[in-house]
Amino acid sequence: MSDQNRLGVFKTYKLYVGGKFPRSESGRVYEVTDSKGQWLANAPQSSRKDARDAVVAARKAFGGWSGATAYNRGQVLYRVAEMLEGRKEQFVREVAASEGLSKSKAAAAVDAAIDRWVWYAGWTDKIGQIAGGANPVAGPYLNLSTPEPTGVVAVLAPQKSSFLGLVSVIAPVIATGNTAVVVASADAPLPALSLGEVLATSDVPGGVVNILSGATAEIAAPLAAHQDVNAIDLTGADAALAKELEIAAADNLKRVLRPPVTRRRPSNEAQSATASSPVDADGASDSEDWSASPGTHRLTAFLETKTVWHPTGALGAAGSSY
Amino acid sequence: MPTTAPAFADATASDSALRRFLFGLPGVDAVGLEARAASLGTRSIKTTAKAYAIDLAISMIDLTTLEGADTPGKVRALAAKAVNPDPTDRTTPRTAAVCVYPDMASTAAAALAGSGVKVASVATAFPAGRAALDVKLADVRDAVAAGADEIDMVIDRGAFLSGRFLKVYEEILAVKAECGPARLKVIFETGELSTYDNIRRASWIGMLAGADFIKTSTGKVATNATPANTLLMLEAVRDFRAATGVQIGVKPAGGIRTTKDAVKFLVLVNETAGEDWLDPHWFRFGASSLLNDLLMQRQKLSTGRYSGPDYVTVD
Amino acid sequence: MASAFEYAPAPESRSVVDIAPSYGLFIDGEFTEAADGKVFKTVSPSSEEVLSEVAQAGAADVDRAVKAARKAFEKWSALPGSERAKYLFRIARIIQERSRELAVLETLDNGKPIKETRDADLPLVAAHFFYYAGWADKLDHAGYGANPRPLGVAGQVIPWNFPLLMLAWKIAPALATGNTVVLKPAETTPLSALFFADICRQAGLPKGVVNILTGYGDAGEALVTHPDVNKVAFTGSTAVGKAIARSVAGTDKKVTLELGGKGANIVFDDAPIDQAVEGIVTGIFFNQGQVCCAGSRLLVQESVQDEVLDALKRRLSTLRLGDPLDKNTDIGAINSAEQLARITSLVETGEAEGAERWSAPCELPSSGYWFAPTLFTNVTQAHTVARDEIFGPVLSVLSFRTPDEAVAKANNSQYGLSAGIWTEKGSRILAVADKLRAGVVWANTFNKFDPTSPFGGYKESGFGREGGRHGLEAYLDV
Repeated sequence: MSDQNRLGVFKTYKLYVGGKFPRSESGRVYEVTDSKGQWLANAPQSSRKDARDAVVAARKAFGGWSGATAYNRGQVLYRVAEMLEGRKEQFVREVAASEGLSKSKAAAAVDAAIDRWVWYAGWTDKIGQIAGGANPVAGPYLNLSTPEPTGVVAVLAPQKSSFLGLVSVIAPVIATGNTAVVVASADAPLPALSLGEVLATSDVPGGVVNILSGATAEIAAPLAAHQDVNAIDLTGADAALAKELEIAAADNLKRVLRPPVTRRRPSNEAQSATASSPVDADGASDSEDWSASPGTHRLTAFLETKTVWHPTGALGAAGSSY
Repeated sequence: MPTTAPAFADATASDSALRRFLFGLPGVDAVGLEARAASLGTRSIKTTAKAYAIDLAISMIDLTTLEGADTPGKVRALAAKAVNPDPTDRTTPRTAAVCVYPDMASTAAAALAGSGVKVASVATAFPAGRAALDVKLADVRDAVAAGADEIDMVIDRGAFLSGRFLKVYEEILAVKAECGPARLKVIFETGELSTYDNIRRASWIGMLAGADFIKTSTGKVATNATPANTLLMLEAVRDFRAATGVQIGVKPAGGIRTTKDAVKFLVLVNETAGEDWLDPHWFRFGASSLLNDLLMQRQKLSTGRYSGPDYVTVD
Repeated sequence: MASAFEYAPAPESRSVVDIAPSYGLFIDGEFTEAADGKVFKTVSPSSEEVLSEVAQAGAADVDRAVKAARKAFEKWSALPGSERAKYLFRIARIIQERSRELAVLETLDNGKPIKETRDADLPLVAAHFFYYAGWADKLDHAGYGANPRPLGVAGQVIPWNFPLLMLAWKIAPALATGNTVVLKPAETTPLSALFFADICRQAGLPKGVVNILTGYGDAGEALVTHPDVNKVAFTGSTAVGKAIARSVAGTDKKVTLELGGKGANIVFDDAPIDQAVEGIVTGIFFNQGQVCCAGSRLLVQESVQDEVLDALKRRLSTLRLGDPLDKNTDIGAINSAEQLARITSLVETGEAEGAERWSAPCELPSSGYWFAPTLFTNVTQAHTVARDEIFGPVLSVLSFRTPDEAVAKANNSQYGLSAGIWTEKGSRILAVADKLRAGVVWANTFNKFDPTSPFGGYKESGFGREGGRHGLEAYLDV
């Protein structure tokens, strides 16, 4: 490029709430640096009121999103992948800076993240068949179990994997019709805030995904205690915070997905995760191997099973000879 | 002429009005209905309650013979049994009626004279009902003239199943007009109506047209009285009395052969229509072999020994 | 109601069951006293007669039982699934053989009618073991990946409303998947679990695979907080469920909770009314309404409200309340003096708040714990009796005008366990069922259960599912 004399235009990073891009209502920002401590940008430092607003937006969006056809949700998720593909360079840059990765490793992470949207886009209209079905009850009844989204899910995104990890926790939540309030990685929130811009232009209805940046514990505490939040994914919490949040979540019996550090994993996955289990300076764990095949457990963690009974009746009062 | 209860005068104003009325009745969930009937069937009726039920059941029987081979001798034998069901025990109640074809009505009437046991006669081209209206009415007139106290008519199932509900209704009205003092039992042939919704609609047509009894079946098809279709008809007469104040009887017929079955039906009556129907005037069993089983059970209760077929009379 | 047709008493014989004067804890295949020697009495709620005296487990007993279960886990989980299956089939068969004895026992200890223990509880108990027996050697095909592993020791705490059935719901899937179990029955209904311990011995189940600790809430708490318990399964009150959810925070214990409810039974104007009335009765008076999934709120469309209420009152007047062992009894005793006090207090609150009370005209026996079938009309969403779980034979009647309003009112609850829909219009059933936030929706029926059918709640009714393929997940490391 030859425009060495041109002064670049900085981007003002904003929250993504209810399909809009507000600043934190607190007016606060905090400095986001790269892995070497170089200033990258200021990010909004969300308050409990931002968390509250995000929950309101997520609840408002729940009816429409959960009521959309699974096919439609699949199309929307696929659209996210398409839009990301076109803005790959931006995300590679942000991920490389945020996580201190080489450009090629960052590109691999972004590619994997895009592919993850595609993976979950395909799940929207299949999970119902995998997780539900007809049950052969011993009586004249049709008995059908169907998975349904649990509602508003608070998601604490992984602290380390700022984009692949982020996508890996958001996509399964919304694929099934939940809406999400996402707390981005505290130290590396920029890819998350940029993802909001992509979602806003990808046919994802406003409020389906809401993205907050700031101090994880400060935002997570009111979410964990919020009576109108149905579930919480504690992936981005360290062990002490996770315990505290799980206790708060019990007040309305939220469904809790514990962070990998405490969650039991199938032994083969646990071993591979242990091998590359980084624990960062403030104790936050990121032991999940985000490049591994994600399976379905993040989909099913935020599903309810509804079982409907109905008499099958008789063909006639005289009985049937069939 | 008997007319529709005032509360429902509009319902029979026209074919379409009747159709609207019938299709406005609550639907029947088959599984739920059958489950309720089965649940009442688990009532355990013992000792004094059983003795009461057996005598009541005997007194509710329309002792029936409806065969091509019926003769005056056969009918007289049946009448004798109706009056004196158990020759070894004179405390045994008489049956409610003897039920015969019209040409046997006069024989039955003679045999039963003064006994209090009624003469019931099937009519209206029983069991198919496939005859011209004039023929059916003549059939009724003959039976009444021969001494029938009760007429068991069949509805025109063909008309019902093809949706000509007013025709079914008007035919019942016409038959009722011929009955004079005789009480009219209207047979739906529930096995041919096939669905519970149809049975409920037929019940209302019959009740609106002035039936004194609604009756399940002729005994001549594969499925006759069942606990479920009888329960449904008991609900109908219960609801009709609540709406109009008019009480109508119910008669399950065909397929009720054992004391155990009969007691189940009485439990249905007791817990659905209520005790007002626990009376031969309001509830009947159309049966023949049932009587001997009731008699054997009755002997068992009084002697403590199980009885056998040689200790009751063959018809 | 006096009738010409009075049903003579038809009591089921007590002689089929032999209750010992005292029972110990069942630990490691043996009946044993509590470490501190404590005992408590269990009474028959219909007569207040003391049935037996059972050991009262404390923390030391919990530790002993968990150790026994841990020791047994190694071999039990290593057994081929086909062998575990055969143990469960044996148990299912013995339950079938002894079902009359167990039904009478359950009726004596719980107070529910013999008609229910005989026709509902016991057949479902046997069916549940039979169902999960078949899964034991088919777990690879259950949809949780190849060779799914058990969790370890399951600590299970069950309520008093369906003592043996809740035991079956807990133990059958736990054993099928290769876990071992420490189970605490409710303090008011300990006996059937102790009889089950005997059945385990008859079946030759290896020692320590099933351990039964009778006791109070403190024993339950010690069990679910025991550090060597890997799985917690609880059925009971929402308050205790929340306490358990807090207590396992920060651990790797897998938890399933099946808690309270305030189920809405929605009757539309095109319902099959006679069957709907039966469904309303079954919904709230089955087991004296002491059912977490009871249809305790009747939502009836205003256009048929009078008709439905008249029919309901007429029907309630035919319910037969009395000796639970009488085969014709429809309504038995309330399980305990404590529960009776709670029901009474909530009903008083309902009256104080202006709801109109109607109780079925039936005579209550002079001893034991009894409450007449009751309904409240003129109830709104603001009334306590429309919001709080009463867990007794008390129905709150609310009305609605449109399907939207029915759904909004049905969902307006902290709970989300069950709901009912009554209408003959198929598309309405599907639309309303889709919108209800409840784990079990009965359309044109109510209170039906089956081992193949997953059961469990939304919202504060708990999480996890019991029954069916879904019920395996709670006991597998997946």
